[in-house]
Amino acid sequence: MEFLRPTTWAEALAAKADQPEAVPIQGGTDVMVEINFDVHRPPALLDLNQVGELATWSREGDTYRVGAGLPYVTIIEELGGVLPGLAQASRTVGSPQIRNRGTVGGNLGAASPAGDSHPPLLAAGAVVEVESRARGVRMIPAHEFYLGVKRSALEPDELIRAVRVEAARGPQYFSKVGTRNAMVIAVCSFSVALHPGERRVGTGIGSAAPTPRRALEAEEFLAGELDWDARLDSAVLKRFGELCSRAASPIDDVRGTADYRRHAIAVMARRTLTWAWNDYRKVRAA
Amino acid sequence: MTLPLRAPHDIAAPGIGGVGESTLRPDGTLKVKGEFAYASDLWAEGMLWGATLRSPHPRARIVSIDTAPALAHPGVRAVLTHEDVPGRKHYGLDLTWDQPVLAIGEVRHQGEAIALVAADHPETARRALDKIAIEWEILEPLTDARRAAFDPSYPQVQDRPNPARHQPVRVGDVEAVRAGAEVVVTGTYEVGIQDQAFLGPESGLAVPAEDGGIELYVATQWMHNDLKQIGPCLGLPEERIRMTLSGVGGAFGGREDLSMQIHAAMLALHTGAPVKMMYNRHESFFGHVHRHPAQMRYEYGASRDGKILYADVEIVLDGGAYTSATLNVVGNAASLGVGPYEIPNVKIDAYGVYTNNPPCGAMRGFGAVQACFAYESMMDKLGDACGIDPVTIRRTNAASQGSALATGQIIHAPLPMKDMLAQARDLPMPAPLDSSDIRNLPGGASQTTHGEGVRRGVGYGVGLKNICFSEGYDDYSTARVRLEVIGGVATALVHTAAAEVGQGLVTIEAQIARTELGIENVVIHPADNQVGSAGSSSASRQSYMTGGSVQAACWAVRDRLFTLVDGLYDDLSLAGGKIISASRGVIASIEDVLGDRVIEETREYHHHPTTGMDPVTGQGDTHTQVALCVHRAVVDVDVELGLVKVVELAAVQDVGKILNRLSLEGQIHGGTAQGLGLAVMEEIVVSDGKVRNPSFTDYLIPTILDMPPMRLEILENADPRAPYGLRGAGEPPTLSSTPAIVAAIRDATGLALHRVPVRPEHITG
Repeated sequence: MEFLRPTTWAEALAAKADQPEAVPIQGGTDVMVEINFDVHRPPALLDLNQVGELATWSREGDTYRVGAGLPYVTIIEELGGVLPGLAQASRTVGSPQIRNRGTVGGNLGAASPAGDSHPPLLAAGAVVEVESRARGVRMIPAHEFYLGVKRSALEPDELIRAVRVEAARGPQYFSKVGTRNAMVIAVCSFSVALHPGERRVGTGIGSAAPTPRRALEAEEFLAGELDWDARLDSAVLKRFGELCSRAASPIDDVRGTADYRRHAIAVMARRTLTWAWNDYRKVRAA
Repeated sequence: MTLPLRAPHDIAAPGIGGVGESTLRPDGTLKVKGEFAYASDLWAEGMLWGATLRSPHPRARIVSIDTAPALAHPGVRAVLTHEDVPGRKHYGLDLTWDQPVLAIGEVRHQGEAIALVAADHPETARRALDKIAIEWEILEPLTDARRAAFDPSYPQVQDRPNPARHQPVRVGDVEAVRAGAEVVVTGTYEVGIQDQAFLGPESGLAVPAEDGGIELYVATQWMHNDLKQIGPCLGLPEERIRMTLSGVGGAFGGREDLSMQIHAAMLALHTGAPVKMMYNRHESFFGHVHRHPAQMRYEYGASRDGKILYADVEIVLDGGAYTSATLNVVGNAASLGVGPYEIPNVKIDAYGVYTNNPPCGAMRGFGAVQACFAYESMMDKLGDACGIDPVTIRRTNAASQGSALATGQIIHAPLPMKDMLAQARDLPMPAPLDSSDIRNLPGGASQTTHGEGVRRGVGYGVGLKNICFSEGYDDYSTARVRLEVIGGVATALVHTAAAEVGQGLVTIEAQIARTELGIENVVIHPADNQVGSAGSSSASRQSYMTGGSVQAACWAVRDRLFTLVDGLYDDLSLAGGKIISASRGVIASIEDVLGDRVIEETREYHHHPTTGMDPVTGQGDTHTQVALCVHRAVVDVDVELGLVKVVELAAVQDVGKILNRLSLEGQIHGGTAQGLGLAVMEEIVVSDGKVRNPSFTDYLIPTILDMPPMRLEILENADPRAPYGLRGAGEPPTLSSTPAIVAAIRDATGLALHRVPVRPEHITG
């Protein structure tokens, strides 16, 4: 197995272009586990951990550009105020050791339906910045990024450079069910983001379908029914939960049953929307 | 002999503490710093790596097997099958000889070992395994434990018929009193398969010796019992097999059965080179037996005031394809099937069966853990039916010193269960839920609730465990103690074959030697088979048995030392490095009396003899000692999502005598945590005989955010038969914490919950 260690972004793109079958490592908390278990024997590994610029974040106007190599711990510590949904999800990833090493770029690259960062990216309307040597930069909205179980819109010669997320203009919440109180893969997860300027609510469902996905019908329902100047109507809340649950297409597996996942998505959808709505009303009242 | 690097060596036991002091462990700092040499760290010059081909099928015939392509793989030095087993083709933990060393024409469980490869690199060995070609005839696995127990037409799993053991217990006449019961409660209970989940996977090193024998460095629980199986299978006399215990990364019963011992030795003898074998986590799930899953049916009849009149109990334990510890697991489940309660009429039928499910055997509290979940659930159910609270219903029926167990055995030592229950009830309650920090809530940082849907519950559990081996087994222990002056200081070398598995045994051995010999310097010899058997590090027995043998050997050394003292004294003792006469004061220092003499004595310690269980009535004085733990659990349950946060576990345990409080508390914490795991998360999930979650990603064990702080009340009511009056302590908390937690979840949710582990969907419905 070849082990490629570029130190600049240009070298990394060149390596990927020359060897599209090389598997990128951005942290290694997923890829290395799979190699240990002999799930894959890729002909080459492309270690992106030496490309320093990937482990940084920057701000362009209201948009935060989170480098693909920025570890979860930095998102929690430095971006919790502006990207609360993503920071909350980052807080639930693995153990402190994993959060020191794991990255959103790696999570996107793996495109596992159970990846913790996907629901908040979907709810916030994030955009994945990918690049290839041949065609340059391409912007992929998060909701177009996930194509199937562990399959994404990334072309073989492309690498994920960053994810662009707008600073939260309203409350955001992430919630994840696991059968242990820490260090657990999601049985299912849910994220909500209020976009008061657009009078819109974004959603993201994790680990309850072949891909992370938005609950589009639920979002449309709220866009039509939600009175942004009033308390949350209990019938609207209930319907929102049902629609989110209906947006999921979960399976029975060793981590949980499909029925339970549908049920839990509804509960989390109601709870997270209630928290977000209460925060929103509190801010407006103040 | 090629001496392996990082082989076990003498351990200078630090500290000066004697019996009763919280002396630190010699291995503690090394383990915390990552410097302790576990079996997986063994290494020898020129060693090969062994690997095991395992069955993907739970039940299949091997039509043909072709090892030639694997043998032709570059770097491969040997490929062995059952035809290469030099001696007996079968082994078995309790010398039942029904488990093939390597499969012979047929596999009976997923993961059964079929062939071995030795290669110059572990990856080469692993790849060579893929080249062993097997033609299979796949058969429908036999996975129904109840049919295996009761349906004579159910096909046989192996040569031995089902059930492997049926043990009845009969007291009084249940049928005669059944109609007279004012209150009758029934329950059906299930326990899933729990794994020991020790962190150090199976590993060891076999080094061929010049005499044609073998040196084995392995992580095991009982070397001498390994030896009884390894010798015949290798066709070697025991004296040509030299075993040394290497660093054990946890055991919990999972290292009682052999894993890689015979395999590595076969490869080493065949190739003439040292061979190391080390399972990875995935293989480890198939490399050892698990806790028997149980299906249990209980019926209790009682008077309106809650006094139990009869118990009618059926327990079916699934042992998988081979016997392993099943016979003794059944014995425990039968004899302790109704726990520490006085019940005048008892009918218990416990069965252990063969199936093609994963093989099950020894795990902390075996047999008793499964029954305890059921009988404690029944106590709560009966309390509910009578309108009596959980503590009172248990106190109403509690056994005490002088009571008879279901086997008729009279409890010879103090058993202050009524007081312990009251003590557990009266301990201060934890503070009410503080939902300002989500880490306090069910789900923790995963933020599934800010307090919505969370209800608190309180539950109790009592567990009674037999300590030491039962049913007539003489599981003696041997210790050799050598006293000499080294560098001007009297030093004792303690040599036993007892396995330090992380429980702190070597610390206790040194404390006993210090106390009995009145010295400070104690060195622990590596455990090996150059001294007699110490019995198994299981059944909570090593403080009792090896503690007893070290004490006896120290006394023998002491008595010889006294014969060296000039003058006639009959009132000598040892303390502070001096020989002291009760009447005349200090006589001399030990060093002065000993000079350059070496005193070495070896002693066996045997516990009070026990009897077998009557095959029809189950009656007999079958247990050496019984030990009790009472738990009170407080839980917060998110009833909408079915998530549980255990808020506090309080335990009251009678240990007879505290030898080392720090170590003991660790045992109670650990046992409690393992019971918590069984209550809410730990299960090997099986369908059609196949394990669906052989990884720590999906086989979950409690983290520090799942295991709450504990309140401990430790009592010291001495057992007059035991050394220092002690009681074994490692297992009882594992029994009682599970039912206590489930009772607390029932209290919070109002649900019946008849199965452990309790999963979220059991709570949300």
